[in-house]
Amino acid sequence: MYGRGLRPLSLATAAAFTVALGLVFFYAPLEADQGFVQKIFYVHVPLAIVSLCGFVLGGLLAIQHLRTRDSRWDMRSYVAIHMSLILGVGTLITGSIWAKASWGHWWVWDEPTLVSFLIVFLLYATYQPLRFSIEDPERQSRYASVFAIAAGAFVPLNFAAVRMSTGYVHPRVLGDTSNLPGPMALTFLVSLLAMALLYATLCKYEMTAKHARGQVRALRRKLSGEVPAQGRSAAPRLSGPPALSGTPAPSAPAPLSPRPAGATATGSTTPAVGRPGG
Amino acid sequence: MSTGSATHPPSTPPTIRVHPRPPGVAAVVLALLRKEFLVELRTLESVPGMALFAVSTFVVFHFALDATSVSGKEASGVLWVTLLFAAMLGVNRLFVADAEQGGFDAFLLAPVDRSALLIAKALALLAYLVVFELVAVPAFGLLLLEPSLGQSMPDLLAVLALADIGIAVIGTLVAALAVQTRARDLLGPLLALPLLVPIVIGAAKASAPLLAITGAGGSPTRWLLGLALYDLVFGLIAYAVFDFLLED
Repeated sequence: MYGRGLRPLSLATAAAFTVALGLVFFYAPLEADQGFVQKIFYVHVPLAIVSLCGFVLGGLLAIQHLRTRDSRWDMRSYVAIHMSLILGVGTLITGSIWAKASWGHWWVWDEPTLVSFLIVFLLYATYQPLRFSIEDPERQSRYASVFAIAAGAFVPLNFAAVRMSTGYVHPRVLGDTSNLPGPMALTFLVSLLAMALLYATLCKYEMTAKHARGQVRALRRKLSGEVPAQGRSAAPRLSGPPALSGTPAPSAPAPLSPRPAGATATGSTTPAVGRPGG
Repeated sequence: MSTGSATHPPSTPPTIRVHPRPPGVAAVVLALLRKEFLVELRTLESVPGMALFAVSTFVVFHFALDATSVSGKEASGVLWVTLLFAAMLGVNRLFVADAEQGGFDAFLLAPVDRSALLIAKALALLAYLVVFELVAVPAFGLLLLEPSLGQSMPDLLAVLALADIGIAVIGTLVAALAVQTRARDLLGPLLALPLLVPIVIGAAKASAPLLAITGAGGSPTRWLLGLALYDLVFGLIAYAVFDFLLED
C-alpha cells in the first residue's frame, strides 16, 4: 500500500525536471548582469523554498502525531524533515556557489536569507542526534514531535528576526514575481514545481523503503521465531509494537485466580513502561 | 435484596481523605518554586557556578581580545556571548535532579496541572538568571566596559529583563527535551543556541548603543518590541507542547 502511486509520481517528476531543465537552458533569457551563472537561481531558490516548506510540514505532521498517537504520522514527520535536511545541504552548497560567482565570496553575512537559512539548518541538524540518543521508541517519537513543532514554528520567526536585523540585499523572489520578466517567471515556477515533485517522490521512496524493511523484519520474526537484533536507530519503526504485544499473550491463558494474574500482568508491563535501565 | 444488605453491614463509610478539589495552578507553581529555591540554596549548584563562569569569561575576553576595555558593539557582543554561555550552564542543570532522583515521577503522581512545572521551572531559571546577572553585569562594568554603566542602566535593565524571559522560556523547553537523552550535556546547548539566535540579535542590537562611548543613546524600541514578541510566541509554543514531554 505504501508503494502505490510511486511509479506515476516518479515519471511525473522526471518529466517535470526535463521540462524545467529545458526551459532553463533553452528558453529563459540570459540575465544582463550575471550572465550564465544566474541559471543556478532556478535550482537554488526552489531547493530553499521546498526545504523550508518541508521543515514546516514536518511540524504540522508532528502535531498530527501528538494528536492521534499514530506512529505513521511520526514516520511522515521524520521523513519530511530528513528529506528537507538533504535539500538544505543542496541549498547551502548552491547558495555558496552563487555567492562566490556573483559577489566574490563564499559566504556573505549581510544576507538575511542566507544567514537565517543557516540557523534553521543548524537547528534541524540536531534532530537526528536528538532521536538517536533517546532509546525508548515511544518516547523518541514523542520528543521528536515536540522538537519538530517548536522548530517548525521557529522557521518563520527566525526569518523575520534575521530580516529585521539587516538590510534588504537578497533578491526577494517570493514577494514579487512581477519584477521577473515573463519567461524567467515561467521557468522559475516550473522549476519550483519540479523540485516539489522531487521532494514528494523522495519522501515516498523513503517511506516505502522503511515500511518494506519493517514488513521483512516482521515476516522473518514470524518464520524463524527469533527476534533479530535491532540496533539503536534515529528512524522511527513501524512494526515494533504488534510483535512485542503478541508475545506475552500465550503466557496468560489461565487466569483462574485473579490475583496472581494481575500481579504478573503488572510485573510484565512495568519494565516496558519504565525508563530503560542501561 | 436481603442477602445483599446482610453482606454489607450498615456502617460508617471508610474515611478516605479526599482533597476537596485539586489545588490551583498558582498554588502548585508556588510549591514547586519553593522546592526549587530550597534545593538551590542547599546545593548551590547553578547560580554560583554561572557567576564564576561569567567572571572567568570576562578575564578570557580581556586576553583574547588583548584589550583593556571595550565599548559599543564589541561590549555588547562580549556581554551577550558571556551571558548566553553562562545561562547554558543553568539550563543544563535545570532538570537533572528531577530526572535522576525521581522528581518527575513524584510530580506525575500528583493530581495537578502539568503546565505548572513549565511555569515553575521557567520562573526558577529566570530568578537564577537575574541573581547571576546581579554579579555578572557589574563585574563586566568593572573589568571591561569603558563607559560607566550608570547612565544607561534603566534601558539596559529593560533589555536584560526581556532577554532573560526569552532565555528562561526556551531554556526550560530545551532542558526538558534534552534531559531524557543520553547525550544531554551536548544536546542542550546544540538545541538551545539556534533557538536563542533571535534573542541575541535583538539584545545585542538593543544594547550596543547603550554601551557606546559617546553617551548613552536610547535603544531603538523596535528591538525591545521584537524581543517581547519573540518571548510571547515562544512562551505560547512551550506552553502548548510541554505536556507531551511529561507522560510516562
